[in-house]
This record gives sequence, C-alpha cells and structure tokens, in this order.
Amino acid sequence: MSDFTPLTRRQIAWRAAQDVADGAYVNLGIGIPTLVADYVPQGREIVFHSENGILGVGPAPAPGEEDPDLINAGKALVTLLPGGAYFTHSDAFLMIRGGHLDLALLGGFEVSETGDLANWTTDDPNMSPGVGGAMDLASGARSVRVLMQHTTAKGGPRLRRYCRYPLTAPRAVSRVYTDLAVVDIGPAGFIVQEIVAGLDLAGLQARTEAELTAAPELGVLSAPDLG
Amino acid sequence: MIDKQVASLAEAVAGIRDGATILCGGFGAVGSPDALFEALLAQGARDLIAVSNNAGSGRRGLAALIAARRVRRVICSYPRTTDPVVFEEEYRAGRIELELVPQGTLSERMRCAAAGLGGFWSPVGVGTRLAEGKELRTIDGKEYVLEMPLKGDVAFIRADKADRWGNLTYRKSARNFNPVMAMAADLTVVQLREVVPLGELDPEVVATPGIFVDRMVVAGDLT
Repeated sequence: MSDFTPLTRRQIAWRAAQDVADGAYVNLGIGIPTLVADYVPQGREIVFHSENGILGVGPAPAPGEEDPDLINAGKALVTLLPGGAYFTHSDAFLMIRGGHLDLALLGGFEVSETGDLANWTTDDPNMSPGVGGAMDLASGARSVRVLMQHTTAKGGPRLRRYCRYPLTAPRAVSRVYTDLAVVDIGPAGFIVQEIVAGLDLAGLQARTEAELTAAPELGVLSAPDLG
Repeated sequence: MIDKQVASLAEAVAGIRDGATILCGGFGAVGSPDALFEALLAQGARDLIAVSNNAGSGRRGLAALIAARRVRRVICSYPRTTDPVVFEEEYRAGRIELELVPQGTLSERMRCAAAGLGGFWSPVGVGTRLAEGKELRTIDGKEYVLEMPLKGDVAFIRADKADRWGNLTYRKSARNFNPVMAMAADLTVVQLREVVPLGELDPEVVATPGIFVDRMVVAGDLT
C-alpha cells in the first residue's frame, strides 16, 4: 500500500476555490462548499448567491454586528458586501433555473460517470426527506461541480457507474473535487486530472466503482496546510 | 378611505376556515409571521394545509400550530430546518402529510397562481423521483415537467413597514418568500413592524404594492 495523505475538508474547498473565475456568480451548497468562500484567491471578485434572495453574500458577522434578518440559505448569520443586493425568492430561483448563475459548487453523496448527481436523500427512515434548492441548482446552474469525500465512511465508492441513491439531476456534474483527486466528467466518463502524491491511478481506481481514464497531463493534487 | 390595518391579531385571523391552505412567509425563522400563527392557534382553525419553505423551528409560530395538530399537510422544500423538533415528531408518528417540492418550483408555482397562469414547464426535477407521474414535454430538445399553480386561501406575511394602503417594505433577507406569497392568496394578512403615514414610503422601495394586501397588524417578535 502506498503512502499518501488525503486532503482535509478545508483543503478540498481551497482546491475548488482556485478554479472559480474572476467575476463569477456562484452558489455554494451546504457542507464543504460553504468553506470555499474562505479561500477565494486574492484579486478575484466573486459574487456569492444565496437561495433566500441575496447576491454579494459576505463573511459571518463580527461579534456584536449580527443582524437577525440577514442569513444565508444554510440559516447561518452572514453579512452583505458593498454592491450586494436583496431580492425576492422567486427571482433567486429564476437566476438559478434560467442559467444566469455561472457556477454551483455542491456537496454530494454519489456522482455517476455520466454526471448524474445524488445529493438530496439517502432514504433514511429516521428523518423526513428534504430537497431544498438542490434540484434547482443541479439542473439550472451553467456549471455544476461537486465537492465530497472520494469514498464513504466505510470505504465504499462514491464515484459510480450509476448512482444508487435517488437522483438530484441527471447529467449535471462536470467536475468532482475529492480528498484524493480532481476528476472531470467527459463524454466517455471519468477523466482524472489530479491525484494526491503517493497514490497512483490504480490506487485511485481501487477506490472508485466506475472506470477512470487519466488525463494526458495527470497532475498532483496538493493544497497548502490550512490547519 | 382605505385603511388595511386591523385593531388586533384576533381580527387579523378572523374568518379563516378549517381546511384552509395557508401560504407561510419566511425562510427558516427569518421573515416568519409567528404572531399570526399563534393568533390562528387561538382562533381554532384546523385541518390546515401549510405551504412553507420549512416546517417550523422550535415550538413557536408554525411549529406551534403543528404541535397542536391543526395542520394536516405541509407542502415544503425542506422540512428540517434549525430545531425542527415538532415536525419530525409528528412526521415519524404518521400524523402529518408531507408534499416535497423543489424550492424554486415552490415559489414559481405560487407566482404562477398569482399571475393567473395555468402551470409551467420546468426543467427542475426531470429524471428524478419528484417528477414521477407528472406530464413531460420536450421543448427545443430539452425535457421539462409540468408544474401546476399553487394558490393560497390565505397568506401570512411578515413585512417591515407599511402605509395604510398596504404598500410593504421588507428588511434584508427577511423578504424571501413574502412578496410571492403575498400575491398568491385570496386573503393576504400581514404582520408588520411599523405603519407609517401614506406618502412616507419611498415608492421606489415598495416591494409589495398594496393591491395584494387585505389585512395588516403591527406585532413584534414573540417573547
């Protein structure tokens, strides 16, 4: 067994943030994607969208600066950046569905080799199901990228030929960032762009159900120590 | 003279019938007209259908109505929000029905009803469980599902300021579902922070014109 170090959740978010273009309008899903806002590279102006009706979402408020009427879609208190705007919920989703949003970075349970995404329910009988804006974002944003662990807690694959869990949207995802690799979805399936040092394609394949193809210039997935 | 302000919370919810469909403003607890829910609890209407993004936080507001088993069915996108204790308990016990709707489809169905339209073709949900049994159509090579309008008998709205004509403003993200719900019900009832003299609201910042508003009452946060 080779010796390698998976990325932390923060490092996955950092890696995804490096690919967000200057000027992009972006929605961040709950979980690892929320952390992306902390790692936007200097010099890039990125406008974060929130489903409840905000463009220009800023960081969490400083103590004493909280406004109970200003939350994001995850119900966390946030701030509004200069240039930000409030609007009604139906317009927030018009932006999503109408293809006005450049990018949605979402969490996932499973992604298939055709880009199908499953991220809304595991059919756990112990809790009520909830879909929120997951289907709108997955089918509407111009680009959908998923941030998740490469395998389940038990080591099972999350990059699969077909999703086992109920779909959020078919043929939606173009790229997946995991703790082990950056993987694109192309017409012929999964194409590995980067793998963490110490793990080779065969090692990654052993942790993936669907067949992987290496990109012509396979890179090393690395991120700074973020504590 | 037009004056939509009523004297009390009891008057604001008077006449709401058993079985009514209530559009419930708010996103989580923000922008939720909790005082109206509690007034409806005292009024006694039951067998209600609640249309809401979430299914109530803690034990106040919509959660109080659900806890008292006045709500037969919840139509929402995400029942589990901050502290969803009441809904989860009722749902697990099989005492409440849940209709799950993608979040943007929820507001667009109401906008559709408000606009007098008979439905719309949405790409959201195609190829998933939530489109099962619904009509599909391919338009310009893309698949869509038919979504039907969703109208309320009543809308419970939370706004910031209003004048006596019922022109409304909202605060920050407390706007959320309130403007679309205010347009989509036969009876729109508003919980307000403040009423200001006619002419004092900047017409450029009115987010809900008074034509959509029937009753309003000043009430603060529940304590």
